[in-house]
Amino acid sequence: MDTAIPDKARAIHPGSGRRNTRGQPKGRQVDPAALAEVRDLLGTRPRQPDLLIEHLHLLQDTYHGLHARHLAALAHEMRMALVEVYEVASFYAHFDIVMDGEEAPPPVTVRVCDSLSCCMAGGEELLNALPGTLGPNVRVVRAPCMGACHNAPAVAIGHALHENATPESVTAAVAAGDTHPHIPKYMGFGEYRAGGGYTLLSECLAHRYEVEDILQRLESANLRGLGGAGFPTGRKWRYVRHEPGPRLMAVNADEGEPGTFKDRHHLETDPHRFLEGMLIGAWAIEATDVYIYLRDEYPQIREILLKEIAVVESAGLARHTRIHLRRGAGAYICGEESAMLESIEGKRGLPRHKPPFPSVVGLFGRPTLINNVETLFWVRDIVEKGAAWWGSFGRNGRTGLRSYSVSGRVKEPGVKLAPAGITIRELIEEHCGGMAEGHSFKAYLPGGASGGILPAGMDDIPLDFGTLEPHGCFIGSAAVVVLSDKDDMRAVVRNLLAFFEDESCGQCTPCRVGTEKAMALVNRPEWDQPLLLELAKVMGSASICGLGQAAMNPLKSVLKHFQDEFASPPANREDVG
Amino acid sequence: MSEGITFHLDDVEVEARPGETIWQVATRLGTEIPHLCHSTAPGYRPDGNCRACMVEIDGERALAASCIRKPTPGMRVRSSSESARAARRMVFELLVGDQPDRARSHDPDSKFWNWAGKVGVTDSRFPAREAPVDKDFSHPAIAVQLDACIQCGLCIRACREVQVNDVIGMALRGHGEKIVFDFDDPMGSSTCVACGECVQACPTGALMPKTQVDAVTGVFTAAPDRTVDSVCPYCGVGCQLTYNIKDDALLSVTGRDGPANQGRLCVKGRFGFDYIHHKHRLTRPLIRRDGVSKHDADIDPANPLTHFREATWDEALALASGALKGIRDAHGGRALAGFGSAKGSNEEAYLFQKLVRTGFGSNNVDHCTRLCHASSVAALIEGIGSGAVTAPFNAAEDAEVIVVIGANPTENHPVAATFFKNAVERGAKLIVMDPRGQALKRFATHMLQFKPGRDVAMLNALLNVIITEGLYDRQYVEANTQDFDRLKAHIAGYTPEAMADVCGIPAATLRNVARLYARSGSSIIFWGMGVSQHTHGTDNVRCLIALALTTGQVGRPGTGLHPLRGQNNVQGASDAGLIPMMYPDYRPVNDPDVRAFYEDFWKTKLDPERGLTVVEVMDAIHAGQVRGMYIMGENPAMSDPDVQHAREALAKLEHLVVQDIFLTETAKYADVVLPASAWPEKDGTVTNTNRQVQLGRTALPMPGDARADWWIVQELARGLGLAWNYTHPRDVFAEMKAAMPSLDNITWERLEREGSVTYPSLSPDDPGQEIVFGDGFPTATGRGRLVPAAIIPPAEEPDADFPMVLTTGRQLEHWHTGAMTRRAQVLDDLEPEAVAYMAPADLRRMGVEAGAPVRVTTRRGRIELKARSDSAVPSGLVFVPFCYAEAAANVLTNPQLDPFGKIPEFKFCAAKVEPAA
Repeated sequence: MDTAIPDKARAIHPGSGRRNTRGQPKGRQVDPAALAEVRDLLGTRPRQPDLLIEHLHLLQDTYHGLHARHLAALAHEMRMALVEVYEVASFYAHFDIVMDGEEAPPPVTVRVCDSLSCCMAGGEELLNALPGTLGPNVRVVRAPCMGACHNAPAVAIGHALHENATPESVTAAVAAGDTHPHIPKYMGFGEYRAGGGYTLLSECLAHRYEVEDILQRLESANLRGLGGAGFPTGRKWRYVRHEPGPRLMAVNADEGEPGTFKDRHHLETDPHRFLEGMLIGAWAIEATDVYIYLRDEYPQIREILLKEIAVVESAGLARHTRIHLRRGAGAYICGEESAMLESIEGKRGLPRHKPPFPSVVGLFGRPTLINNVETLFWVRDIVEKGAAWWGSFGRNGRTGLRSYSVSGRVKEPGVKLAPAGITIRELIEEHCGGMAEGHSFKAYLPGGASGGILPAGMDDIPLDFGTLEPHGCFIGSAAVVVLSDKDDMRAVVRNLLAFFEDESCGQCTPCRVGTEKAMALVNRPEWDQPLLLELAKVMGSASICGLGQAAMNPLKSVLKHFQDEFASPPANREDVG
Repeated sequence: MSEGITFHLDDVEVEARPGETIWQVATRLGTEIPHLCHSTAPGYRPDGNCRACMVEIDGERALAASCIRKPTPGMRVRSSSESARAARRMVFELLVGDQPDRARSHDPDSKFWNWAGKVGVTDSRFPAREAPVDKDFSHPAIAVQLDACIQCGLCIRACREVQVNDVIGMALRGHGEKIVFDFDDPMGSSTCVACGECVQACPTGALMPKTQVDAVTGVFTAAPDRTVDSVCPYCGVGCQLTYNIKDDALLSVTGRDGPANQGRLCVKGRFGFDYIHHKHRLTRPLIRRDGVSKHDADIDPANPLTHFREATWDEALALASGALKGIRDAHGGRALAGFGSAKGSNEEAYLFQKLVRTGFGSNNVDHCTRLCHASSVAALIEGIGSGAVTAPFNAAEDAEVIVVIGANPTENHPVAATFFKNAVERGAKLIVMDPRGQALKRFATHMLQFKPGRDVAMLNALLNVIITEGLYDRQYVEANTQDFDRLKAHIAGYTPEAMADVCGIPAATLRNVARLYARSGSSIIFWGMGVSQHTHGTDNVRCLIALALTTGQVGRPGTGLHPLRGQNNVQGASDAGLIPMMYPDYRPVNDPDVRAFYEDFWKTKLDPERGLTVVEVMDAIHAGQVRGMYIMGENPAMSDPDVQHAREALAKLEHLVVQDIFLTETAKYADVVLPASAWPEKDGTVTNTNRQVQLGRTALPMPGDARADWWIVQELARGLGLAWNYTHPRDVFAEMKAAMPSLDNITWERLEREGSVTYPSLSPDDPGQEIVFGDGFPTATGRGRLVPAAIIPPAEEPDADFPMVLTTGRQLEHWHTGAMTRRAQVLDDLEPEAVAYMAPADLRRMGVEAGAPVRVTTRRGRIELKARSDSAVPSGLVFVPFCYAEAAANVLTNPQLDPFGKIPEFKFCAAKVEPAA
């Protein structure tokens, strides 16, 4: 503040003398001790800016938070501006910025999933109970879907995923210091190879296959992008190959759509099938580098991949490219492919405008092939067994296989490998053991939080790309959440909208402001339906990316199919919101 | 030119020029589409985030942001379909809902509210967001009120992509998104350099100039009633700007799209103009009271009447010209001297030197170019036959390699620095060479913090690598240079290995840098006072010229030699002959043919000998040779080395006439003080560092009885018996053109029309030759001369008594001796007190806290000021800005001169630093 110096007026000079000067240059200065700590932590790791998020993870894991003094030192060390570090650190939910004078969060953080399936299974009760039971030395926070919807409710204790959680089980696990990733049993390199694994890749690398052969097989099988967009895989590879090199590949392992856990399933059971598909893709498009962007909610898979990639590399199977495993940091939007590219570049995960498409201008400005984990998972089998094998699956006029993540009110939730085109009724009856005890089928989400909601009466629609769109829905990543008579549809909408509001990147007005206004409107006892629909229309047409465009799908569905819920006050239903 | 793209806009077939977006085509053709996050100012990329410009494209599911979407052949775009218009209205309604009402808004006339009005949205059906945002008035220049923010990110692009100051960012996400400075710090404690680009870009009033905002209500208080286009009076960059004026008071300044600045300004150019309305302005002629000693200089500029009395113009002019005339007549013209100013116009400089040469009768005329780039000019004229830059600083845009040596452009040429940073972002490699760290370090591929004063050792090592490794351009050397063999022989011993210890830079680094510079397709060198202000300043520049000439890195786009000129018109004042050895256009006074021309041109006999330079004049006063002086707008009592010596000289003068806008430290020694005009109060041309001649226009009336400088010079000339009869600066400009071929094809009328013309201009419609010497040099042989330089150590090395090195210079916020900027409120608030920058380790060793007082002593004197702990300063160095009268750095500096440029060694002397009481 202005602090005139009494005796300064006596020195004759033209200044007003109404302020004191600073003892240091403008703004925050680097604390030498913090700089030493940061240098120590980074060691010989490269300081290139795309590694910012990786380096932030190192700090967060070591100091249980991002202390301002470390962030300033990190900016200096990476030759970045202070704000470049701060804006990235503050974008991602898994980073805790600790300003000067603030206390770092306790060493253990328990994240409680508040996405739909977990809330239906008691997530909110956990959130209410845990702070009391765990005490002040453990932090309890809300978190979005952890990909454990079939074992709901889920919590993450440090880096350990804890499923089917109860207050007692969580308390016991915390007391036992169970905060490290649990590595599931999976098919290792030897077993995979013994079953013929990596033969195809080796033959590709040995030029026993032409790239064209592979492309044609993928095209005739009509393998489509299983991350949710459904773009024909062979054609995508062909497009990218067509672009001038050097080209890159990025793998989307940021499965974050609430209700989805299929990629987790494949990576936790058979990681090499995915890696082989990925390496074939890298070979086909001659990618100099492959970046796997893995969501931070799957630390156990990170351990698996770190280990198995090293094995693959030492087996000489990845000499044609370089594999980089990158860690997300808690942002659903980074599952959007162009936001993912931004995040791999070390930035805030803001979706890019299209065109240009990533196949033309992608990661670091280079043509980039982006595939989802599951898409790559099927490459080997389709090439080896043929398009006809893939085509032999399918139902109701559709072809291929699909990994449905089923959760909610069914008896046996989980990843269901089922024919594409199966109906919800068939899926529940044939694969899930029917509805859960005491629940009667009322509605379902065919494609996670953004894919809309359909009533039980519309149970005969084949679940596949293109079949649900006429009904205002889509299959997306095939995350099927089954709702019952115990579920309040308005609460479901509130839960889903709250998710989108939290996860909107904030870049464009319709989504940033729209999700917030929509949430405010549905929190009112009476819904202004015309205004909500008007808003939904503009969000759908004017948002930059799919998040904003689809955020109002569940609301539109509920207004369309469940008007009776607005007539009478909800009774006997569990509030999930 | 490549083909345009034909598409349909609202059912009309239109053609897009290459690269045009839908919005640009629509706007060009007169279809108005709202836009908030998009700016048409140069350097702003469209971002497409606000979604206020949505249009419908046939066949596409979603709408498209027209500002960022480019048309494709056959595309059908509908700018006013119901869906597009509904989306745009909804966008405004969503935003309006979270704003203060227009009536209570911070700026009801903002771009945002104007567009909202046009779209027809005045209020919102949506509930307002909850968390109110606190206002942040912590910064002296900028009021931050984020309740008006629409997250359009224009301020981020302004700060990060246009000016590349990298302070503003977007933190958090979703509806929690927030504009932050650094780590969400109050703007006033952030690293913000207050360029104000964000203020100029903000469409809502979330960021506004604080001086125009009501401190309580936060509302924009004053809209201008008129505007005047002009050019900035501070540094040599020459930014074009617009004054915003109300009731004959200057409210604010806006950057204008000039060739040098493309709309950008720095803190001084944007927030540093209120000095013109300062209460210290001189408004009446003053005459020293009888019997008041000139050694009593303890005069408060707020109250000069303790030592002076007011007088009429008639009395003051009669006294001034009478006294000067008396000295001339009694002791000859060489007993008089005049210092003009690089802050005045070309016309003022021309008139002033003409007055000295024809009215005083000697060549004793100089100005502060002597203290800044005299050595650069000496070396350039010797080497390539021209003292001006070979390429504008904007040529950095085309360079592969940019060398910045002995310059701190982010502080001293801030807008030029933004173009260097833009070039780095584009992919250019930046090499910074300076003993002190600086903001450009973060952008540099190589930062060579060499030992102070060891420039020649380092540069010769680079030349050694270039020649011994065969990296020089043989063809260019053979065709365009002379004395290469002499240079080659000279540098043989200067291997990087031999020089590494001398200059403190590892040999491998020297080799890498030499290779990088020599091998690149285009390399350009920028330098500042760190190169020139040494006793070996001319040698330093000779080395730089040799680097460029041996490698052929000159005369092509992206190459060249560019001394970053300091003052707004130091180029023009020198061009106009405000130097003791040259007439206008650098024609030597001791050349009989040249003299004959000017004797004919001015119809008078002229002194055949070169005159005295700035520092030489002071010595001549002590020696009793110079007895009277006329000083216009210069402040040698602050800017001369060993300033106590200079002040004693000024006090010793029989008669001193000072013409200025304030009672400067120099004016305190005057017999007569003449109140002059500030830059916004007069017409005139100025020539920037890029050789761009630009027009400044009268925007405001002069205060009280102050007068235009050209008028005062003319009145004194008349008093000295010259029959001058200029009626306006344009008359002077016309006369200058007759003597200065450099101004060919540049007329006053053309400047009024175009604002800026670069010289040389080859025809009446040629905007000027930005890059010169593509085909030889204006030397006698047409070749550039390679002049070897040997290592000359600084004149005063540290020793046991004075173990540190003192270096001086400027700060971003203060101009030269501070006469203007310390009277600008924002600038004074930002840098209010004298400071000595030192390495944190040195301060710790001395037991001095950051901000505590220290005493800096040299063999010439001592000052006391506060210590600033700055990790950019290497141990053993102390940096003191010379703008603070209460702790004048030049009390300390060494007056030893470079033998060629006669420039003092401001950048190096031995000093001692101790804690002060």
